[in-house]
Amino acid sequence: MHSSSGILRGTGLIIGGFFALFSTLVQSGSAVTPGSKAAGMDACVAPTGEIRRNHMDYLKHDRIKVVQQGVRDVKHSLAECIACHAEPDAVKGGYQPVNGAGQFCNGCHQYVAVSLTCFQCHSKTPETGGPGDDIPTTGNAHEGLKSTSDQRIEPGERGGPLMEELAQLHELSREE
Amino acid sequence: MTGNNKQPKEIQRREFISKTILAAGTALAAPGILLTVANAKSESEGASSNVRWGMLVDSNKCVENCTACVDACNEENGINLLQRPSGQDDGMWNAQRPQWIRKVKLQDRQTGEITNLPLMCQHCESPPCVDVCPTGASFKRADGIVMVDRHICIGCRYCMMACPYKARSFLHQNVAEQRVHTPRGKGCVESCNLCVHRIDAGATTTACQDACNKDGHQAILFGDLKDPDSELSQMLRQKSSGQIRADLELNTGVRYTSL
Ligand code: HEC
Ligand code: HEC
Ligand code: HEC
Repeated sequence: MHSSSGILRGTGLIIGGFFALFSTLVQSGSAVTPGSKAAGMDACVAPTGEIRRNHMDYLKHDRIKVVQQGVRDVKHSLAECIACHAEPDAVKGGYQPVNGAGQFCNGCHQYVAVSLTCFQCHSKTPETGGPGDDIPTTGNAHEGLKSTSDQRIEPGERGGPLMEELAQLHELSREE
Repeated sequence: MTGNNKQPKEIQRREFISKTILAAGTALAAPGILLTVANAKSESEGASSNVRWGMLVDSNKCVENCTACVDACNEENGINLLQRPSGQDDGMWNAQRPQWIRKVKLQDRQTGEITNLPLMCQHCESPPCVDVCPTGASFKRADGIVMVDRHICIGCRYCMMACPYKARSFLHQNVAEQRVHTPRGKGCVESCNLCVHRIDAGATTTACQDACNKDGHQAILFGDLKDPDSELSQMLRQKSSGQIRADLELNTGVRYTSL
């Protein structure tokens, strides 16, 4: 590493980087959390080294497929990362938030100072209940979803001005 | 090199960074390969332009004071998980809380005749909200569903100003609790997406239609406008229907009878 040649030093750095990677793993074992579904499995959705390096790009690539193209059976689904990697909460039941302190999506990120915004919107835990509960495919499926919030939005109408306005629109379309 | 563990912290950190740079390099090369694989596998499952999803609402069958569709929508899309900010007054809350579908009561000023109808995103063929969006977040899927890609939405709300139906809402505060299939959060615009997560999973009805049927009103019919044999197309042929603000020539996917 202390040799004078820049090329040599660069190569050294790269090789060193790999060793650093492996030694980190040897030190801390795998980032996979105990008790998660992943803990009982051999492989991730991509080879370990690959997912470790590229998961951010895969996720961003696949979310475009899902949201804009409607292709739902993507390989890198955030919901599925969470379903497989979340650790059950032994105390409270259910799961611990996957981005909580020491949890799967937090450990590495804290180290490299990456702060994910994903979980402002995306659920931090898998859907509780059977895996089949997840996607409602048939009629009245919404009945199966439980509301856990006390402060529910009251059903009803939005106030006056809109009604007035639409009444006018309505007349307009009548007059035609 | 195997002595890495014994090196001072600073050097380990630098090597970690170099590893990350490496990672970025690989990442640049990889997606191209991946793309072809993913395409081959699931092309047929994506939204197709052979389909145009739409809806027919029979306003005659829509009952005053019934909110079954609104409630079902709130439930299905997690809209009722939003908490009212403490101290916010009724006026502000009612003006700002998200509503993907709402009941509207119209009165003809001339005749006094009253019409009730559910109003939601009309899924225009030429959507003004898409025209004005500076980031491409507001877009129309191949199958005609107009929606917001909230990964790209910057919350500028131009689309809300452009929409003649006031169909879009802006999320003003954080959502305390999320559901797996309806991620949503502060700072983005959202609106009815015809229950896209259900439709993509193979469902043939929206949550609002189910709820309306369940209450025995049958005022909402969801279906494929491009399939001449769909129940929707048949109904549209049989009944005379119209668009709200047809004068704007937006060719809405949601149509109303007895308007
Ligand atoms: C079906 C279960 C499953 C799913 C789904 C899954 N993983 Fe994994 N993941 C695993 C397993 C098992 C391992 C451990 C592999 C090993 O031991 O080499 C792993 C390892 C990883 C690692 C490396 C951890 C380490 O110790 O370095 C990362 C990073 C990772 N997964 C991210 C993801 C992301 C991101 C997603 C979603 C796109 C995802 N995983 C989806 C099962 C899963
Ligand atoms: C402003 C809210 C919001 C934020 C922030 C957000 N998403 Fe999403 N995401 C959504 C919505 C809405 C969908 C569409 C869900 C659907 O239609 O089922 C989605 C879908 C996805 C999907 C496809 C569905 C799945 O679960 O696999 C992926 C992948 C995804 N997002 C990844 C991410 C990642 C990675 C981040 C963080 C970098 C992120 N999202 C941040 C709202 C958000
Ligand atoms: C083995 C360590 C490791 C694990 C485990 C891990 N990540 Fe990462 N992740 C990283 C690193 C390192 C970066 C930053 C790369 C960079 O800065 O270029 C990153 C970045 C990301 C980014 C991009 C952040 C941004 O602001 O653009 C996303 C999204 C992401 N990770 C999602 C996840 C999710 C979701 C999980 C849990 C399922 C997860 N990661 C688990 C190491 C990890």
